[in-house]
Amino acid sequence: MADRFKPESIEQVADVVSWAAAENTPIEILGRGSKAALGRPTQTEYSLDLSALTGITLYEPDELVLSARAGTPMAEIEAALAEQNQYLAFEPADYGPLLNGSAGDDVTSGSLGGVMSCNLAGPRRIKSGAARDHFLGLKGVSGRGEIFQAGGRVVKNVTGYDLMKLHAGAYGTLSALTDITVKVLPAPDKTRSVLLFGLDDAMAVKAMTQAMGSSHEVSAAACLPAEIAKGFENSHFPDTAKSVTAIRVEGPGPSVTHRCAALRNELGAQTESNELHSHNSTSLWTYIRNVMPFALSGQAGPGESDAVWRVSVPPASGAEYVAALQQSLGDQAAGLRYFFDWSGGLIWLALPEDADAQQQAVRDALSPYGGHATLIRASADLRNRVAVFQPLDLGISALSSRVKNSFDPHGIMNPGRMYAGV
Amino acid sequence: MLMPEPDQATISRKLDIVMKLREIVPGEGVIADEHELKVYESDGLTAYKQPPLIAVLPETTEQVSQVLKYCHDEGIKIVPRGAGTSLSGGALPLADGIILGLGKFNRILDIDFDNRCAVVQPGVTNLGITKAVEDEGFYYAPDPSSQIACTIGGNVAENSGGVHCLKYGLTTNNLLGLEMVLIDGIVLRIGGKHLDAEGYDLLGLMTGSEGLLGVVTEVTVRLLKKPETARALLLGFSSSESAGELVAAIIAAGIVPGGMEMMDRPAIHAAEDFVHAGYPLDVEALLIVELDGPKAEVDYLMETVSRLADEKGAVTKRVSESEEERMRFWAGRKAAFPAVGRISPDYYCMDGTIPRNQLPHVLRRMREMSEHYGLGVANVFHAGDGNLHPLILYDANKEGELQKAEDFGSDILRLCVEVGGVLTGEHGVGVEKRDLMPDMFTDIDLKQQQRVKCAFDPDALLNPGKVFPQLHRCAELGRMHISRGQLPFPELPRF
Repeated sequence: MADRFKPESIEQVADVVSWAAAENTPIEILGRGSKAALGRPTQTEYSLDLSALTGITLYEPDELVLSARAGTPMAEIEAALAEQNQYLAFEPADYGPLLNGSAGDDVTSGSLGGVMSCNLAGPRRIKSGAARDHFLGLKGVSGRGEIFQAGGRVVKNVTGYDLMKLHAGAYGTLSALTDITVKVLPAPDKTRSVLLFGLDDAMAVKAMTQAMGSSHEVSAAACLPAEIAKGFENSHFPDTAKSVTAIRVEGPGPSVTHRCAALRNELGAQTESNELHSHNSTSLWTYIRNVMPFALSGQAGPGESDAVWRVSVPPASGAEYVAALQQSLGDQAAGLRYFFDWSGGLIWLALPEDADAQQQAVRDALSPYGGHATLIRASADLRNRVAVFQPLDLGISALSSRVKNSFDPHGIMNPGRMYAGV
Repeated sequence: MLMPEPDQATISRKLDIVMKLREIVPGEGVIADEHELKVYESDGLTAYKQPPLIAVLPETTEQVSQVLKYCHDEGIKIVPRGAGTSLSGGALPLADGIILGLGKFNRILDIDFDNRCAVVQPGVTNLGITKAVEDEGFYYAPDPSSQIACTIGGNVAENSGGVHCLKYGLTTNNLLGLEMVLIDGIVLRIGGKHLDAEGYDLLGLMTGSEGLLGVVTEVTVRLLKKPETARALLLGFSSSESAGELVAAIIAAGIVPGGMEMMDRPAIHAAEDFVHAGYPLDVEALLIVELDGPKAEVDYLMETVSRLADEKGAVTKRVSESEEERMRFWAGRKAAFPAVGRISPDYYCMDGTIPRNQLPHVLRRMREMSEHYGLGVANVFHAGDGNLHPLILYDANKEGELQKAEDFGSDILRLCVEVGGVLTGEHGVGVEKRDLMPDMFTDIDLKQQQRVKCAFDPDALLNPGKVFPQLHRCAELGRMHISRGQLPFPELPRF
């Protein structure tokens, strides 16, 4: 167990990092630890726990802006926003159930800093962007031990480099973030989902593509193959196992009603369809967003020890990618479970851990389309052996090392969490 | 405006450099003639002028790569340029540097409606993208007012905005991929047609980096389906306070309009005199609220906004009943800059962003400054996102007025920062706001940003003299003063 520092102020964070820099001692940067099992395992003697830096420091609903300390639990942020009928439009996912299962209940809600550092975004990514797109300002401590800030609290700002984007998805390898400002938006009045039953993957992606290319402002499109759909127990799903393609619209009541009808009219002719309203629709998208089909149940069983991949491809190629992967897996394809989000652009794969969770096949199948695959869940042993994040092109890799070095010349901040040398 | 001291040795080697560059870019792609170079002497910020040493107009990524590598090896400075519409002097040349014009990269390479994206070369104009896809009902969302001329490459460099930012985002929110060339000639591809590139978000870092990090040679943009319909309300108020209250009330009602623009009395009068849009002349503030989206939604929300406008005391109210009428509402706003150009020999356009609720305070202080400097000011304001464009009226032919206008502008921007805002919302820092950066950032903040610059361009050859008030050598920035301390922090909770 690493020796753990738990500072209560940004100055204390700077003290710890300065000390570590002087000692050339790597430190693990932690928020609430909900995603500690995500990424390459790091070998650090010390960890920097930011979970004592909590609290919303500014929330002006009229200005659509919220600032909070980085360790603030997401549950607290979401509750404050819900009180004002607002939300984080990027629909941050909670990987707690996926990574820790029910055993991790006390840490299942991650921190705002963790969500931004991993650039987590849910189904609304295709319409509203990722965490990066709502990240307005930051304050933190660089690997040099210096307190710095970037950005601001207004939505339109091009003053200086966009270091928020750089920190979104940097997994704590550049700086320890202490204060975060995000754009918030009014939550929609109503949510409904059009369900199409029994489409095969190719037809589902086609239907989703058509929906996304319509003017009905679709805010999410996912497809659960029959095996996966049956895990979401809902009376609106068909009795017999069929795939479910779900297309979500949100907004004022009359608009939602109108758009659902139009979508069913345009897409429903292909197959049997239904609608999910408010509560049912919300639970379906929570199920998809939090990758519940592959969540840990805490009970030994098939799939409990599967590795989970998150694959991003051009949306219209989603079904083709899966077909190509199945073909290359041959007999092993029977062990593959998957579902689509982001209109086919995000594919969640579960595969047995043996044969390195098929990393070769998973990544090779990307080449005709472009994209990347991240090993979101696997044993520490496997995460040590295979590239968790998509290997980088040589030029990008060299540049990334230099960028890392510009914040963290001693390589002490979460070193190796993403890539060796970064 | 103090620019880096020109290197006389480079200037004296001009002929040799021209010869070398012509080996890379044949024909008329290398411009060395002083008269021809005058075309490049300034950008949209016309107060500053400086012809470049040479202009190079490459046509391929390979040529860009070779030019950069040559300049890197020889220590020659480079200023990249799109259409030259920058309002912050981002493309202002250097006497000892070459202008790298990307105008010949003007082809649309791929339009992929299924993946809702287009791959284009950086010299394609912003509006050119929309024109190429509108037959299928798609468009490219960011719409800076120079969209007919400005290029997508320039938009990436400046992270350009427009009037629809609150709902549809800036350039950075509408990009998927880039091809770029580093100063040492290395060509990198970031992202593609999928979402979120692997590794660090270099795409996000590049966007808005003002040509200081690399040269963009290809851009993949997101395309959106055109909203089914758009309708606008034209609202007059007897004070900017009540107009501001309506803006807050609309957002509090959960509505995010496609556009929300405010003009003050001087701007209203200038615009009305120019285009006769039918604006009311007896109001202090004019608000255009545009709702777009599915027709059922727009019609429904129009009623809410209209009711809120009554509650907040709108003294005039018109609702667009046709596309023609909606365009007429916008005509005055879109012509606001040239309209102001008619009432004053020169005007200086500022670009701060403020928290919206500070608007009345900022306008009041601006009026005081206006009296202090003896210069008029007209305001147009992206009310939804707090982006303010004060237009300072002056006459460049009058001794000292340009300086006064610049001082006035600096005071306005400092005020923006003071009330919690920022120096620039969409025009960029460039040379214009460079020396104000310390008003917003500490020395440590700025040095950290410059270290990022060092990771890309260690010899500071790309667009030097822009964005950062002080040039530091990368070796000096990289140094760390370390004093070793004891591990146990007695005051620090440890577990």
